[in-house]
Amino acid sequence: MIAIVDYNTGNLRSVINAVRRAGAEYVVTADRGVIESADRVLLPGVGEASSAMANLRETGLDEVIPRLTVPVLGICIGMQLMCAGSEEGNVRTLGIFPTEVRRFVADRKAGIKVPHMGWNTITELNSPLFRGLDSGAWVYYVHSFAPDICDCTIARTEYGRTFSGALGRDNFFGTQFHPEKSGTVGEQIIKNFMTL
Amino acid sequence: MVAKRIIPCLDVKDGRTVKGVNFVGLQDVGDAVELGKRYAEQGADELVYLDITATHEGRGTFTRLVERISAEIDIPFTVGGGIGSLEDAARLLDAGADKISINSAAIRTPELIDSLAAKYGSQFVVVAIDAKQIDGRWVATTHGGRKPTDRELFEWAREAQERGAGEILFTSMDHDGTKAGYPCDTFARLAEELSIPIIASGGAGSVEDIAEVLTTGRADAALAASIFHYGQITVRELKEQLKLKNINVRV
Repeated sequence: MIAIVDYNTGNLRSVINAVRRAGAEYVVTADRGVIESADRVLLPGVGEASSAMANLRETGLDEVIPRLTVPVLGICIGMQLMCAGSEEGNVRTLGIFPTEVRRFVADRKAGIKVPHMGWNTITELNSPLFRGLDSGAWVYYVHSFAPDICDCTIARTEYGRTFSGALGRDNFFGTQFHPEKSGTVGEQIIKNFMTL
Repeated sequence: MVAKRIIPCLDVKDGRTVKGVNFVGLQDVGDAVELGKRYAEQGADELVYLDITATHEGRGTFTRLVERISAEIDIPFTVGGGIGSLEDAARLLDAGADKISINSAAIRTPELIDSLAAKYGSQFVVVAIDAKQIDGRWVATTHGGRKPTDRELFEWAREAQERGAGEILFTSMDHDGTKAGYPCDTFARLAEELSIPIIASGGAGSVEDIAEVLTTGRADAALAASIFHYGQITVRELKEQLKLKNINVRV
């Protein structure tokens, strides 16, 4: 059973639909007991980092998530909250990945618009999360902030600067992109997560 | 670098697509989910579903369709047509739409852009502008280009951006349906003045037209309907040809 963490950060329908398409059993919950006993935990999220972090703290999940030993996958804001801190709302976050989340700097001449929206490639893939995928696979991004490169970087993307498209450490994984919106590549990543 | 996007647009009436008569190998071209899935398999980067139903019952049908699209299609999709309020947008976003596109309502009530962006984030809000040249000036129009407004294209696009629009979908009503190409100078000027992505719509007759608007016209994405629906070219063929022209597309 996958626990999809519902901590009140926007619409979870896309993530739920993707998990359902992958054929997994899931429960949408904010209950710490349910999350602690799940086989896998998915931490989605859209919106603003500091308020999302406040929601996690309010439910006590900021203490539950870093102690989990089952595979955990953060998506977008969910992944950003697993980093050390974010410029968005200037907030300290869970500290699972030793990196900072920083805003993109718009550069009209270089064609860098913020948010970074659309399909981009992930390279230097270095995790079982990407089993069956080649460097240069296309994934879908919508975000204005992104984590810097660090020891836990398992995929890189270029957009004005090189950032961590995905992070991994022990049982913890995170993607800045949206696997639930990334076509067959995203489906493969979600299936890989189910079998980690 | 982020890829240039190719976006098929599907018109939906009473829950069924109204174009696509020559779609090869599809049993039911009227099924908006099946048609969208086919485009996604061909490599479409996003989809746009426009509800052209006028009735109240039709709106409910469209919402249920959006739920099905969200359940079955694994690429981003935008919905538009008749969205006049925060409640309309909320209903469609809850049904699973990734973005909503607003047009006339934004001109009538520009504050709608602010409230949508504040509530859901700019990435959810596409402002569509149908404009045409009147006495050498680009004027935003409503009612499919029939009613000119007092808004000038560039000024209105900038205002939409400042109010929180995440993207501008610009259609030249002088070019729409002509298959004679896009007004690339106008697109390039929009790109110069705006910092948000621009989607080019209306006028594509060939691969060259689309290539030109993505390069000279500096558009971030091209939206097209007829060239795909009537089987002139598949999304995959188009993207392969754009790639041969050194345009960064996802293939």
